[in-house]
Amino acid sequence: MAASPAAALAPAGLELRFAILDIYAAYAACLDEQRYNEWPDFFVDDCIYRVQPRENFDRGLPLATLAFESKGMLRDRVYAITQTLFHAPYYQRHIISGIALQAQRADGYDVTASYLVLRTKQNEPTEVFNTGRYVDVLEWQDGELKFRSKLAIFDSELIANSLIYPI
Amino acid sequence: MNAPDPLPLRRDWPSDAVSRVPFWVYSDPDIYRRELERFFYAGHWCYVGLVAEIARAGDFKRSWIGERSVVMVRNHDGAIHVVENRCAHRGVAFCQQNFGNRRDFVCPYHQWTYDLSGNLIGVPLRRGVKSNGKVEGGMPADFAPQEHGLTKLKVAARNGIVFASFDPKVPSLEDYLGPTILPYFDRTFDGRELTILGYSRQRIPGNWKLMQENIKDPYHPGLLHTWFVTFGLWRADQKSRMLMDEHCRHAAMASSRNQGGKAAVTQGVTTFRENLALDDARVLDVVSEPWWNGPSVVMQTIFPSVVLQQQVNSLSTRHIMPKGPGSFDFVWTHFGFKGDSEEMTRRRLRQANLFGPAGYVSADDGEVIELSQDGMAQTPDGRTIIELGGRDIANTEHMVTETLIRGMYRYYRKVMEL
Repeated sequence: MAASPAAALAPAGLELRFAILDIYAAYAACLDEQRYNEWPDFFVDDCIYRVQPRENFDRGLPLATLAFESKGMLRDRVYAITQTLFHAPYYQRHIISGIALQAQRADGYDVTASYLVLRTKQNEPTEVFNTGRYVDVLEWQDGELKFRSKLAIFDSELIANSLIYPI
Repeated sequence: MNAPDPLPLRRDWPSDAVSRVPFWVYSDPDIYRRELERFFYAGHWCYVGLVAEIARAGDFKRSWIGERSVVMVRNHDGAIHVVENRCAHRGVAFCQQNFGNRRDFVCPYHQWTYDLSGNLIGVPLRRGVKSNGKVEGGMPADFAPQEHGLTKLKVAARNGIVFASFDPKVPSLEDYLGPTILPYFDRTFDGRELTILGYSRQRIPGNWKLMQENIKDPYHPGLLHTWFVTFGLWRADQKSRMLMDEHCRHAAMASSRNQGGKAAVTQGVTTFRENLALDDARVLDVVSEPWWNGPSVVMQTIFPSVVLQQQVNSLSTRHIMPKGPGSFDFVWTHFGFKGDSEEMTRRRLRQANLFGPAGYVSADDGEVIELSQDGMAQTPDGRTIIELGGRDIANTEHMVTETLIRGMYRYYRKVMEL
């Protein structure tokens, strides 16, 4: 079904807008506090999650830095980052702003936002690690908002060595 | 003719052996400068891109050879040229886009204009300005545009992959690769049309040679990379061959996957996970392709600038661009073939989760390279120990060896006169 403009959602949209703000705040807190085991629960079972360079997105090239298409794949990633992928540990801090409800679909909402992820490696000053925008689809599941799809389209032309944790 | 180096290097290799590599080769700025001159700017072919990236006349791609920016472009007659991204007038790197399409190249500063093969075809105000019947200014009468084109590189395009060299005397690409490596090169690049799936770009804070060594090192994958050892994609009990060209600068590591699981080679390997099962195994949905002709993985290091990857259904070129002695940019171009089914394309993309800066097996390569650089920089007079499989240099029919790294350093010492 065609999406309708966000303006058409008012005034009932107020609570919805707060609910959307809440899920972004909770999502950022989950990652920044390294509660990775909880991360897949922000998504529906057959979700899409991609971290993709902007140049690929803009040019219609399908390659993504991370490309998952189920909650199972998200859980496999969590296992890898907590158990198997060797990496120097670091903190992340997500700054998410400009959260915008773009449109309502039959079964969900198109939402975009800008994000900035700061990285702090042990014994190192904080640095800008990755920045871009989220292009997301949210839907209700048992009274909770979940991500049906989440694309992190990043501007950063070079990844500072490796990208281990979710964005 | 090569001018003699203005200052003699202060470095002496500590022994005759190549099974010991001094740490200063990874950090000394004089060594680094000589590497750029002797490996990247003379005597060698360097990777610039894929023909599929510049499909139409006028298409260009900006690329790098060593630290020098170049532009690979398809001319109106279909020919591929590679020119240096540097205006002859004032040195401006005129091309600031990674991809695009142009009729000609115009420098933004004074609008000097070059055709796509690099010839200077336009110089504004060259003949001066007429004022009151007098000509004022302009270039000298003997200014010869044909002497002021862009630096034109020698180009070799073989089966869809493009190399270039600043050195007009470089041997043919086929001779450069040599008869041992060429069949592996042609196994992937056999003339089939390639399709570009996309790019991954990372900056790794380590010396560029460490990436060459990483892909000449069959010792680490079955140890560092849990996924490789657990799922049998790369481990020491696999049938494999380690091969070099006659100069030992290029290498191919070819191997065939096995069923994985517990075995003698997993004993004491802390990264092995006997009970690891994926929640969603589609990431490892491997399907044999007829062109493999045996090996499920062939990793080629084409010295000095590129790694050519076939690891099961995932294919990429990995371009090495040094940025000073302690850093390099690493650009992955993932590709498939024109005839791929939608299913195969999806498979290649799913398996791409193993590779690149976030990959299940490649992210930790970047991480350990950074740590190697950190450790070596602490004591430049230290040295590595590269003795797995002995101290000699020879092709092997197994992977329990560091022979390919020893081979590379024998060649390195010869060219570097160290």
